[in-house]
Amino acid sequence: MTAELTGADILIQSLVDLGVEVVFGYPGGAVLPIYDALFKQKRIRHVLVRQEGGAAHAAEGYARSTGKPGVVLVTSGPGATNAVTGITDALMDSIPMVVITGQVGTPLIGTDAFQECDTVGITRHCTKHNYLVKDPAQLGDIVHEAFHIATSGRPGPVVIDLPKDVQVATAPYRKPSLQALPHKGYKPQVKADTALIEAAVEMMAAAERPVLYTGGGVINSGPIASQILRELARVTGAPVTSTLMGLGAFPASSPQWLGMLGMHGTYEANMAMNRADLIVCLGARFDDRVTGRLDAFAPDAKKIHVDIDRSSINKTVRVDLGIVGDVGRAMEDMIKLWKARQHRSQDMKPWFAQIDEWRARNSLKYPASTKEIMPQHAIRRLWEATHAKKPIISTEVGQHQMWAAQHFTFEDPNKWLTSGGLGTMGYGLPAAIGAQLGNPNALVIDIAGEASILMNIQEMGTATQYRLPVKVFILNNEYMGMVRQWQDLTYAGRYSESYSDALPDFVRLAEAFGWKGLRIEKVDELDDGIAAMLAHDGPVMVDCRVAKLANCFPMIPSGAAHTDMILEPDEVIGEMDDEAKALV
Amino acid sequence: MHIKQETTERHTLSVTVDNESGILARIAGLFSARGYNIESLTVADVTEDEKISRITIVTSGTPHVIDQVVAQLDRMIPVHKVTDLTRLGPHVERELALVKVAGTGDHRIEALRLAEVYRARVVDATTSSFVFEVTGGTEKIDKFCELMREVGLIEVARTGVAAISRGREAL
Repeated sequence: MTAELTGADILIQSLVDLGVEVVFGYPGGAVLPIYDALFKQKRIRHVLVRQEGGAAHAAEGYARSTGKPGVVLVTSGPGATNAVTGITDALMDSIPMVVITGQVGTPLIGTDAFQECDTVGITRHCTKHNYLVKDPAQLGDIVHEAFHIATSGRPGPVVIDLPKDVQVATAPYRKPSLQALPHKGYKPQVKADTALIEAAVEMMAAAERPVLYTGGGVINSGPIASQILRELARVTGAPVTSTLMGLGAFPASSPQWLGMLGMHGTYEANMAMNRADLIVCLGARFDDRVTGRLDAFAPDAKKIHVDIDRSSINKTVRVDLGIVGDVGRAMEDMIKLWKARQHRSQDMKPWFAQIDEWRARNSLKYPASTKEIMPQHAIRRLWEATHAKKPIISTEVGQHQMWAAQHFTFEDPNKWLTSGGLGTMGYGLPAAIGAQLGNPNALVIDIAGEASILMNIQEMGTATQYRLPVKVFILNNEYMGMVRQWQDLTYAGRYSESYSDALPDFVRLAEAFGWKGLRIEKVDELDDGIAAMLAHDGPVMVDCRVAKLANCFPMIPSGAAHTDMILEPDEVIGEMDDEAKALV
Repeated sequence: MHIKQETTERHTLSVTVDNESGILARIAGLFSARGYNIESLTVADVTEDEKISRITIVTSGTPHVIDQVVAQLDRMIPVHKVTDLTRLGPHVERELALVKVAGTGDHRIEALRLAEVYRARVVDATTSSFVFEVTGGTEKIDKFCELMREVGLIEVARTGVAAISRGREAL
């Protein structure tokens, strides 16, 4: 007979068996047995965050930069509810994550006990799946299945709610096989249907104005998928654009690269989408930030959509060919077939000649200034100083995020960590911490705004405790810039509550946490300031004072078509009608 | 500005799921979270080992929304199979209603006569009331209740639709 283990030990042993190295967490009453089990072992490293929301974002940063699932451990009640934003963020951006939440003992469930909340009910809509474990004998299977679900198919967060008495009670544990897992119905389709691949290849060979529109699915499919994408672009000769989440899958230095598409995408990327005769969507999901006005989206294009999640296909944009499967595998199959049939793409010269005309608009240009630091310029200088080191960049959410996406270009996957779907301010610092833990030798920089950074500022303490040399580069314009930009566009410049008043002195704040603090105020201090940031081997916070009223262009106003792009700042001040105001 | 309404169609879906706690909340929650309609929902375990439940959902939406309902249900972890019976072809839909009618004299006689026409069975009777059990398609039950309102209907309990495809093929 196998010796029995406590639920807490079964959990730890399962995590070890699954190869988990790091857990981001925060202790509390309902997880004390698990913390005691953690105390007695050396195989799993626990990273103590400063708030549970930080744990969830750190796990996301760890997952996104390493390709491994992020693991979170929090207590019941407020521990669980604080983690909900990060869990939702992981669901929206398809990040593999397993969150273990403590729960009050099973006899107390439903009695409004201290620190009780209905975690399974609350997280039902923000997880790929969740569990309430009532018997330690089932815990091992559930933990193994949770990791399988979180990491396979379309990745996402899974919550395991673990009552305190189940952590203490004992049961036998043995490592289960995948076939023995409880949910037999869960079998994500990885390999795409051959007939559909054939149809896709025929359509690609016939296209005169194709665009490969790629997304975060290519990153999720693993680093090999990014290589396969490059090969697919090479054989077909098609230009490539990407969503915010997919940046890095295709090298920005390639002549086939169009830049990011969508609301703050380049003119050439959006115009190419509008005029294309074939759009091949690879692991992206036709998000509203990408499509703009749906009835004007890519009007002349046939559309192919490859996605591992069947529900993404035909959700907002009707496509001519939907292909369910892993995007890396599907692209590989396409290339094989393309080569086997000795396809040659149509002459791409006229298409690229047209694209070059759009490129000549230089849509990412911004007004030069010697008096104040333009935020775009600051990001370009940061890129100049760091790109050879292949840094991992995280961001918060807002103007600085879009400027980083536009001006900090990427050559490789897993280097760009940003909250795309949920748009969570406060994501960047904990994500950078998670990424630094997973990549101890990498240069990790959080490009931040002064408003966003305050949302999870407490995580500075985590970086200090674990000696993580993360750099936080704040583009400080004293505004919630993206809110202010929309108020410029939609509400005739009525800046309702978008001014960042009563800001802390970020340099002294950094020092208070044991970080190095730096301030950059003038254009000619920029390069030296960046060099000083990089020269310090510990965490650094840079308060870079930038032009206060700069706005992010190009921009497709919400609900407008790709061809209605605003390129110049002077086109924007005004008031919009109610239909436009109702759009997010 | 006003909110636009779109024309919808009615579909009957059959969903087989793992019979586990919380499954109904997951399914119902999906409908409310994504703004889909539920006209009726029935559930019971249907296998010998009680491990699989069959849920019949009557929903309405545009054809595009119905596609999404099916796809969204299909990606839930405990869901085994989703079948749109309306799209699949001929199928049988039945529900059962218990209808309580109170009254005396002519109303009482008329209620019994109507029950006979609708092949409703009397499952409870007092000197001043009947409980009828009637099965059939939704329209038949609707019509029966409508008629019974005129002769003293005071209470109705309905199961909602259970549905199965015609012919020898199983889902």
